Amino acid sequence: MTSRTGGSAPSGAKDQVARLLTLVPYLHAHGGVRLIDAAEALGVTPEQVLKDLKVLLMCGMPGGYPDDLIDVDLDLLETEEGEVHREGVIRVSNADYLDRPMRLTPTEASAMIVALRALRAGAETTTVEIVDRVLAKLESAAADGPSEIPLDAALDEPGRDADLAALGVRLRDATDRQVQVELDYYVPTRDEQSHRVVDPRGVSRHNGFAYLDAWCHSAEAPRLFRLDRISAATVLDAPVATAPQSPRDLSDGIFDRGDDQTTLVTLRLAPQAQWVVEYYAVEAVRPGADHLEVDLLVADHRWLTKLLLRLAPNASVVAPAEFTADFTGAAQEALALYRSTSA
Amino acid sequence: MSTAAKTERLMKLLIMLLVQRHFVPKERIRSILYGDASTDAFEKMFERDKEELRSLGVPVEVGSMDAYFDEPGYRVRPDAFALPEIDLAPDEAAIVGLATRVWEHQRLAKATTEAVRKLTAAGVAVDLTALDIAQPRLAADDPAFDVFLEALTERSALEFDYWRSGTAEPARRHLQPWGVTRYAGRWYVLGFDTDRAAERVFRLSRVQGEARRTGKPGAYEIPDGLDISATTRRLAPAPVTQRAVLLVRGGAAAPLRRMADSVEVDVPGPDAATAWDRLVLTRSNVGLEDEVLGYGASVYVESPVALRDAVVGRLEGALA
Repeated sequence: MTSRTGGSAPSGAKDQVARLLTLVPYLHAHGGVRLIDAAEALGVTPEQVLKDLKVLLMCGMPGGYPDDLIDVDLDLLETEEGEVHREGVIRVSNADYLDRPMRLTPTEASAMIVALRALRAGAETTTVEIVDRVLAKLESAAADGPSEIPLDAALDEPGRDADLAALGVRLRDATDRQVQVELDYYVPTRDEQSHRVVDPRGVSRHNGFAYLDAWCHSAEAPRLFRLDRISAATVLDAPVATAPQSPRDLSDGIFDRGDDQTTLVTLRLAPQAQWVVEYYAVEAVRPGADHLEVDLLVADHRWLTKLLLRLAPNASVVAPAEFTADFTGAAQEALALYRSTSA
Repeated sequence: MSTAAKTERLMKLLIMLLVQRHFVPKERIRSILYGDASTDAFEKMFERDKEELRSLGVPVEVGSMDAYFDEPGYRVRPDAFALPEIDLAPDEAAIVGLATRVWEHQRLAKATTEAVRKLTAAGVAVDLTALDIAQPRLAADDPAFDVFLEALTERSALEFDYWRSGTAEPARRHLQPWGVTRYAGRWYVLGFDTDRAAERVFRLSRVQGEARRTGKPGAYEIPDGLDISATTRRLAPAPVTQRAVLLVRGGAAAPLRRMADSVEVDVPGPDAATAWDRLVLTRSNVGLEDEVLGYGASVYVESPVALRDAVVGRLEGALA
């Protein structure tokens, strides 16, 4: 990220001040807070919170008398040997003038408001009403403060987001009631519309897409279905036939690497095709003079052929050779359609 | 100087300015907090400390203590400093939690996290797991996005090279940014173009290389009551939609069929291997080439000629 550091001052001090200005009101609002819970709320380690508190107790009113200083009971937080009591309760007193958090900065207010408007655009009517209440409260809290950054964003396809939200709600409801769902599902690698009955296990998210995790009775295996590729979903009365399970955690990606045979493929990408590196999980990237060489794991050669066709002529296979042959064959076939008619 | 010592000084300065009802004279600040420093060193340190507090969002005000002395004083008004009372019901707090997951942009995602921390510190119980409604994502992956956002925050003019469609070479442009907005899937910056002396919009993806600040922060004002989205829509070229006629093999390319205006089944096609259907689509031309190419020999372009030539040219390029 491009953030300029003004001067040579230790930037740690600014972050520490920001944390203290959130920590003190947090303690004030929540009463007896354990060190470990304060650390979690601030997104830092308990050790860091203790360090912050040790600076805090040096601060206070400008009189210079002991009574003017903020009081922190350190005995509850570490032993004499310096061992940290993570469960210890933080007690801070004599800091009433810091008991409210700071106003949101213009960047914070703008980022929140634009994010909320995006949520609003993709939400169902009941949620829209809640979002509107939040927006009104945040906007009034920001009203007398510094002006927001003029930043705004419209969703690319708000109508579609609302449809997907409604579909997600129906699939979650079917999961809760443990009933089967009939799906019309588009499989892009095979360019095929499929029809199947599944036992839903829940909806998870990855990279901005929602997926239904379900036991598929056609594949006789667990499968993930991207919600935007489901063209029809009918919730049935029939109860699920497999034991209910929680949906998979997709935070590490959507490939079950254990399930399928994968091949490591090396591609050469011209600048126009380099978005691939951001979009797909790649194993390695080697920059060249005017191109990138990228390694990625491919489970289905049809997926790769489709990707290469979309990128044509800005991507090629370096290895293995049989993937080149697949792609060349597909490109020749497509080109032949035009040759035969123009002849 | 250690981080702890600097934090301590910044905190003491803030508290001192916050608890006094009147402007605190600079000399008093110096004698209490910067006692050992020479005049030069004090000026420098104090200047930097004030700026650091301001960059955190602390509203440090400058004023005069009374009409007869012109020695400046400083204060922080508690009501300008503190977040006003904000009371969110549990369902509202859950929505706030969701907002932290909308931005796919490091700096703005972090800004929402910090905002939620402040709200939590104000006593709002934000449950980050309670609700799971549709979560839209806002990505901002144009390399120029950050520089424009920063320039906008500090009101700095920018200089950059911009590639207009239909021109061979990028041109050097000068802009006072007024706002950044996303519309029809793209990020735009709206501002006052000082070369053209008029308001203009620029697509961030067409900015070439690094944009540079020219001049100091606070160099201009953003017009009052400006509606950035409406103005951008007015000035930006309308997204071009085109009518395309495609022949598609029977059963293939379901996503194209779903967006078709009309489908005519069983028409003569470029080969006899399968049945063919004719699809008429009206849509933005962005990405249509790629999409058609992805279907390989299952989709054939009848018109427009430009789309057909582009597809053929790219296939030939790949086989060359």
